[in-house]
Amino acid sequence: MTVGLTQYLIVAALLFTIGVFGIFVNRKNVIIILMSIELILLSVNINFVAFSVYLGNLTGQVFALFVLTVAAAEAAIGLAILVVYFRNRGTIAVDQINMMKG
Amino acid sequence: MSAISSDLNALIPEFVLALGAMALMMFGVYAGAAWQRIANGAAIALLIATVAVLGILQPHAVAFGGAFIADPFAEFVKILVILGAVLTLFMGESYFERQNLQQFEFSVLVVFSVLGMMLMASAGDFIVLYLGMELQSLALYVLAAFDRDNLRSTEAGLKYFILGALSSGMMLYGISLIYGFAGTLTFTKVAMLVHTGNITIGLIFGLVFLISGLAFKVAAVPFHMWTPDVYEGAPTPITAFFSASPKIAAMALFVRAMIAPFPGAVDQWREVIYLISILSMVLGTVAAIGQANIKRLMAYSSIANMGYILIGLVAGTVQGVEGVLVYLAIYLVTTLGTFACILAMRRSGHMVENIPDLAGLAQTSPGFAFVFAMLMFSLAGIPPLAGFFGKFYVYLAAINAGLYPLAIIGVVVSVPLAFYYLRIVKIMYMDEPAPSFDSTMGWPVASVITGSGIFTLFFVLGAAPLVQSATAAAQALFP
Repeated sequence: MTVGLTQYLIVAALLFTIGVFGIFVNRKNVIIILMSIELILLSVNINFVAFSVYLGNLTGQVFALFVLTVAAAEAAIGLAILVVYFRNRGTIAVDQINMMKG
Repeated sequence: MSAISSDLNALIPEFVLALGAMALMMFGVYAGAAWQRIANGAAIALLIATVAVLGILQPHAVAFGGAFIADPFAEFVKILVILGAVLTLFMGESYFERQNLQQFEFSVLVVFSVLGMMLMASAGDFIVLYLGMELQSLALYVLAAFDRDNLRSTEAGLKYFILGALSSGMMLYGISLIYGFAGTLTFTKVAMLVHTGNITIGLIFGLVFLISGLAFKVAAVPFHMWTPDVYEGAPTPITAFFSASPKIAAMALFVRAMIAPFPGAVDQWREVIYLISILSMVLGTVAAIGQANIKRLMAYSSIANMGYILIGLVAGTVQGVEGVLVYLAIYLVTTLGTFACILAMRRSGHMVENIPDLAGLAQTSPGFAFVFAMLMFSLAGIPPLAGFFGKFYVYLAAINAGLYPLAIIGVVVSVPLAFYYLRIVKIMYMDEPAPSFDSTMGWPVASVITGSGIFTLFFVLGAAPLVQSATAAAQALFP
């Protein structure tokens, strides 16, 4: 069996679903949410590169590089916000983030 | 060579802003405490210089193979966005001084997010769309958590970051599917390739993911969960900024990202946005009724307003887009005026944010209460105040496009909507007076309150130029 576009798209869809579930189902730790976000962005990259090869068109690979760059910046800002939050609250458990409700 | 330089000419306003923002940051780092005092003023001057460059050059061009579009639509949106940022910086300074939060990073972050919004307004390609949106969002996440020793503010930042990153992930997934099934990322080329006949299921999936991401950025139901918490937690001037400029840029992007690449799939996206619009109007209204915190109330009010603005997009005509732009301009001034009033709610040196604190304001400071009441009437859409005309133009577009149910639901929902705005007026005018607010609101806040009051009262007399430029801007979207 050859590995074609379909297989890549299935892997990417699975990774995307795991990422989304990781954000909503996880009740423990914000770090896991950050990892899930990375997973979503990487699944998108698989999609872009697979489509780019399939279509014989470079734009998708260029976009994948941009996504990688932005993902790095996003992780940096996310961790920074997490650190200031931890200083104030003393915990990063997801079910403890409940100062404001309604 | 000449092709490149003509492409770069279209980007001159963005270059001015980007280089200026970097200069502001360097001055902030190296010039020390002396710079702190003038950082805000310098940022305001930079933004005004950018508007001047934009107004003088009026670059109308499609640059970089369609990736960057400088047209009257983008220009209209950019001017509104910069106006929102200037007013925020102007009225925010005294707040930060009093809260001991004065740091030059505030103005630098606002300027960088404005740069992102300008790219969003001009996006002609999904790469520019994504990069502009991230530049804006990354600056806004930090702004939400700006009061970094305050638990509420950091919690607001954390929530905004997580949900924002999730929404950009979903939007990107959608874009990757659109790329795969259309074969290109440029709006004009997608428009040529997508016809009513060849809409595949993959493309529809992509479109739905793209709409979810954009709906998150404009805070439309069911992607609104972050709004009340972020509005409540963030420092008040930053909340004012959130409710103004980013909403306008995101709505403009929403309009362009539907109308420019997908004229062939109009039936598909119209159905989804139809639903989002109704849900936003209804939920924004119903959930607001029980709120005691006025910043939370304004969050639900912005959700409801976004629902009304989306009516114009559902119509999908020149008239609809014109309605969106007029509504956005009116919404910008009204919401900033209301937040200026909230900034003036200060009692013995502390901010108060609860609606009962406004009791009897008409007796303790009648002028303030009058403007606040006018702004509330305007948000409720009562003629002849400004807010009425925003709603009037979107309803008109909906009716001319044959969307009678949507227009009727809008009118019906505006009754409970009026109820909760009028409740504030009733508390100010009929209840027993609470202790009066501090009289030192400062001239910037006072002048924003006065200016927005004049705008809402006399909009009807001077509306023609605004409506004309909105029409010209809307026509630019339909070649």
